[in-house]
Amino acid sequence: MSRMLRRTVLAGLSAATLLLSNAANAVEIEYWQYFFDARVKAMEQLIENFEAANPDITVTMTHFPYADYRTKVAAAIPAGEGPDVVQLFYGWLNDYIDAELIQPLPNDSFDPATIDAEFFPMVGAMKRDGSYFALPTAVRSLALFYNTRLFDEAGVDGPPETLDELIEVAKALTKKDGAGNITQVGITTGMTAQDHHWFREGLIRQFGGEPYTDDYQTVNYTSEAGQAALKFYTDLEKVHGVTASGFMDEPQAAFKAGRAGMHIDGSFRIGSLNGVRGLKWGVTELPATADGMRSNYSSYWVNGITSKAEGEKYDASVKFLQYITSDEAMQIWLDVVGELPAKPSVGLTEANANDETFGPFIRGLAYAHTTKFANESAQRQVFVDMVARTDLEGQSLSDSLAQAAADEQKILDDYYK
Amino acid sequence: MTLYRNLTIRQKQIVWAWAFLAIPVLFYGVIRFYPTGTAVVISFQNWNLLGDRTWAGLENYRELWNDPVFWKVFRNTFAYLLIGTPVSLLLSFVIAYHLDKLRFMHGFLRMLYFLPFMTSAVAMAWVWRWFYQGVPIGLFNNLLASVGIAQIEFLNSTTNALPAVLAPAVWAGLGFQVIIFMAGLRAIPTSYYEAAKIDGVGWWTVLTQITLPLLKPTIVFIVVLSSIGFLRIFDHVFNMTTNNPGGPLNATKPLVLMIYDTAFNGFNMGYAAAQTVVLFTILLIVSLIQLYLLRSD
Repeated sequence: MSRMLRRTVLAGLSAATLLLSNAANAVEIEYWQYFFDARVKAMEQLIENFEAANPDITVTMTHFPYADYRTKVAAAIPAGEGPDVVQLFYGWLNDYIDAELIQPLPNDSFDPATIDAEFFPMVGAMKRDGSYFALPTAVRSLALFYNTRLFDEAGVDGPPETLDELIEVAKALTKKDGAGNITQVGITTGMTAQDHHWFREGLIRQFGGEPYTDDYQTVNYTSEAGQAALKFYTDLEKVHGVTASGFMDEPQAAFKAGRAGMHIDGSFRIGSLNGVRGLKWGVTELPATADGMRSNYSSYWVNGITSKAEGEKYDASVKFLQYITSDEAMQIWLDVVGELPAKPSVGLTEANANDETFGPFIRGLAYAHTTKFANESAQRQVFVDMVARTDLEGQSLSDSLAQAAADEQKILDDYYK
Repeated sequence: MTLYRNLTIRQKQIVWAWAFLAIPVLFYGVIRFYPTGTAVVISFQNWNLLGDRTWAGLENYRELWNDPVFWKVFRNTFAYLLIGTPVSLLLSFVIAYHLDKLRFMHGFLRMLYFLPFMTSAVAMAWVWRWFYQGVPIGLFNNLLASVGIAQIEFLNSTTNALPAVLAPAVWAGLGFQVIIFMAGLRAIPTSYYEAAKIDGVGWWTVLTQITLPLLKPTIVFIVVLSSIGFLRIFDHVFNMTTNNPGGPLNATKPLVLMIYDTAFNGFNMGYAAAQTVVLFTILLIVSLIQLYLLRSD
């Protein structure tokens, strides 16, 4: 007890002296992100490095649960109570720029031409009127996770390379009980998870389509390509019987429990799969078409400077943002969080691109697209309902696809009007 | 001070009454009425929480009127009410009526019925959600499969999902209603029953002529309370359908979930406020009917 007390007093004293010694020219800036253990640890490490290099700047990090994050940020920043540097989902940025809550990054420290050249191309979505408004430390993409133990058991040599192989491998991995109920799926499906991204930016493009035109403001998947993509996706369950949507409640739960042979998910899933006892898994790129065409979806969280930061706080925020989007920061983020570097110069190093776990995701970035969502959860719901109508109400694929397109177009029109 | 001294005793009483009332009045004003008023104002505006609020007139209400999802949700909300209230009322009365007559393990049984009411709705919803899954993890479907009956899609169905979500909500509220009913039954003077016994009437007549009429205040209380509860149902639905909130195909979506979704996923505060005003109006009407029924006693 007394030892703890002494330690607390000591810590308090040293903190006080630190504060006092810096008081003359100290700048304190606030940084907000949502709580995810690894992200917080990585950011603590980055802040420590940054403060060591810039002794006159203190960065305080605040984090709260993801469920509250968006609302709290949205309530705090307009009230002027929020952070100086904030982490936002890329899809939210437009609203923040329109409301003038995010400042453009100064062109001399963040040269747009250099960023265009150095970052992965999807980061270009953060540019408006010739300036960048925010930059990511890390990006995410999708890949195909597979259960190596189930592959061995079924005598399958390796993960599928193409969509046709995917079906064959999935068939070999599916198990049914005497009554025909599926007890192990070949591949998990469910538009509620990451499949709506796979469908939107992956399958539709692979079947020769272009999901949206007009900078993601016009729906464009009622084409033959869209129909073929939807047929491929729903056939997995209806024709090939290698999956059941909603199997074991959630796709990643089925995969974690070793009841699913394959599972499409994002790089952020790596951390939670690593800790699962008895699960042996591998990961590979999303399957290609017969002629080798691949497509992927990428999303990211960006860091921006809010309108609250002014004067020396603004300068300090710029410096901090420069550091957390540097090559060094990206490598730390990859090592600690497992999210992919936003620059090819870090991501596509020999070691990273050939890494057994991260490699498939990093290679996927080269052909990834980033959807500009107006309302991601509503647009996901459109696809969830599209598949549900064919399952539960017996609607034909083309009718359901047409209705989905109309529903999504309405969401886009309401947003961009 | 002289001002106070010059008051009559009656006026002083009023001053003191207001002094004590000031805190609840302030509380209600700031915590309840001000936000309620603001919500009504926002329902005539467009606001995404970030930018400025702009006036929209009746646009949000017009959109609501023309939104097929709203009408679906409206029907769902009343389905929860019209199935949930009678079922829970009947069940809780039957249980209370028989439990009241039982002496053996009376306290223990009453505790068992009351337990679900004390359990967190979130935990309960998740446990039931897993009960409802298909093979190999769902309890109900595993039982069905083990005796060779085809699986039932409880949650992934447009017809079964609403009753399936409602069942744990009814079960959770049952304990409370049973306790209230038992208190009501105990409050009926035994002299009526003794008189009935002397006259030699059957149990049905006793039930319909003595017990039920004298339970009327209890029944009204429970009906009103559970009606408001079912009209505001949220946590059971939300937690049992988190992946596809209110799904499949909006089959289970109640009004409160639609409000939540519009406000905190769509960030369309004006539209969400308009839905809130509609819900408020419905609840107000239900409460007024309650007042009317209680007064007519």
